Amino acid sequence: MFYPLAAVTVVSALAVITARNPVRSAMALVATLASLAVCFVALGAHLVAALQIIVYAGAVMVLFLFVIMLLNVQEDPHEGGRTGLKVAAAAIGAALAALFGTVLLRGGGSVEGAWPAGFGTTRALARVLFGDYLVAFELTSVLLLVAVVGAVVLARHDSDESDPGEVEEPQ
Amino acid sequence: MSVWLIGAIKSLVVVVMVLQLSAFLLWIERKGSALIQNRLGANRAHIFGVVPFNLGFLNTLVADPVKLFTKEDFVPAGSDRFLHALAPFMALFPAIITFAAIPFGDSIRVAGRTIDLQAVHLDVGLLYILAMVSMGVYGVVIAGWASNNRWALLGSIRGSAQMISYELAMGLALVCVVLTYGSVDLQAIVRDQGRTLYGVVPAWGVLYQPVAFVLIFIAGMAESKRVPFDIPEAESELISGYFTEYSGGKQAAFMLADFAEVVLVAGLVTTLFFGGWQVPWLTAQGWKFPGAELISLSPWTVTILQVAAFSVKVLFFCWLQILIRWTVPRFRYDQLMNLGWKRMMPIALANVVITAAVILVWGRAA
Repeated sequence: MFYPLAAVTVVSALAVITARNPVRSAMALVATLASLAVCFVALGAHLVAALQIIVYAGAVMVLFLFVIMLLNVQEDPHEGGRTGLKVAAAAIGAALAALFGTVLLRGGGSVEGAWPAGFGTTRALARVLFGDYLVAFELTSVLLLVAVVGAVVLARHDSDESDPGEVEEPQ
Repeated sequence: MSVWLIGAIKSLVVVVMVLQLSAFLLWIERKGSALIQNRLGANRAHIFGVVPFNLGFLNTLVADPVKLFTKEDFVPAGSDRFLHALAPFMALFPAIITFAAIPFGDSIRVAGRTIDLQAVHLDVGLLYILAMVSMGVYGVVIAGWASNNRWALLGSIRGSAQMISYELAMGLALVCVVLTYGSVDLQAIVRDQGRTLYGVVPAWGVLYQPVAFVLIFIAGMAESKRVPFDIPEAESELISGYFTEYSGGKQAAFMLADFAEVVLVAGLVTTLFFGGWQVPWLTAQGWKFPGAELISLSPWTVTILQVAAFSVKVLFFCWLQILIRWTVPRFRYDQLMNLGWKRMMPIALANVVITAAVILVWGRAA
């Protein structure tokens, strides 16, 4: 079950970075996120899977697509790119690969045994989220609210300046 | 092995039922619109002139698919061929798999095995439905973008803006539903509606959450993009909106997706607010009318009655949507956005706060 899923995830993730067309790239990212959600289902975390689809695949990516379509971003004509960036990307990629490889070789990621009763259910996850981690949860929500208000303020500021209704009186 | 087999059979039954009902609705809509507009409607199916009565539904069930799937599949120049072909499936697929979580009957015992009459028993049923509904946007967005046609692109931008806007009100209304039942498991929600108030009135969700019912019904109709919410198609402005450049089988897929969404809204409203498969006063043992003796029924009879009740309710809400579609004119774009953001959103928010306060003070109804 895991290997076909992982294959789909990796292939679609590769498509995200190899696609020349931004819309195709975004759709590949949707596929990646969706197959990650299926991975969560296979791990028994149904709620996390549903939230992954609702928040990332359903909301965030739709906005991405919207912006790409509205700005009419064209296909990337550059064959190359900046050499410095390429070197940095290769270095970071190699470092991450080495990190994951080490963890895999040491067997640190393996978990044995069955799931405890009620694992991954809405009730169990809600208890942890709104019990043990309530403060962190509320702080995150405040952070998101600040970001939303900030975005609205920035957007309004722009429109105010170009608003012909508020022309200053000639001196 | 048998678990997989049962799952496969149940999934097949659900998919076939939904597709059949969607195709059948197309005929009902043709006849219904004819009825409303004082016409005869689809009536050219007197086979060889032999059959004396009208077999108009054969047109939509047999002749239409044959016609559509044998037509030329035209792909416009300069379009993204891959995404153009993918879009109809992205519209149809989420609409159909959403039904997996909707229960159409209580669990039955067959050969010592308990079988849920539901394609999959999901603990996160309601969230799963919300997730799949939000995936339906991609079909619209990609269809318009991949067609290389300005009207199609405009249609898809309108469509996605509309679906995102109404998803918000729908989500908030669903929060009230979750608060009321204390569960996101759809089977648990339906079982909870089997109670009676004062021993007489069936405790269906619409009695507790009338506002949420109206909000979800309207938002659901907006999600299915039909009149009065058919801004994305708006044939008088945008030719045919996001599926202007589709023909043949792919166009049929979009049409089917629309009708599958109609059935979905009907199923969702039935499940959440009208008792799902519950028949008034019918218990697992038999019919217990208020003030009367128990009329014993066999488990199979009860199950058949439940599935029949669910089907009747779903058909009723499908018909109601068709009736609304042919009665109300299309909204203007600003009216549509105002309704979604300035009317339904605040009402839904107030509903959440009031529901939460009531539950905090008096506790849950159950």
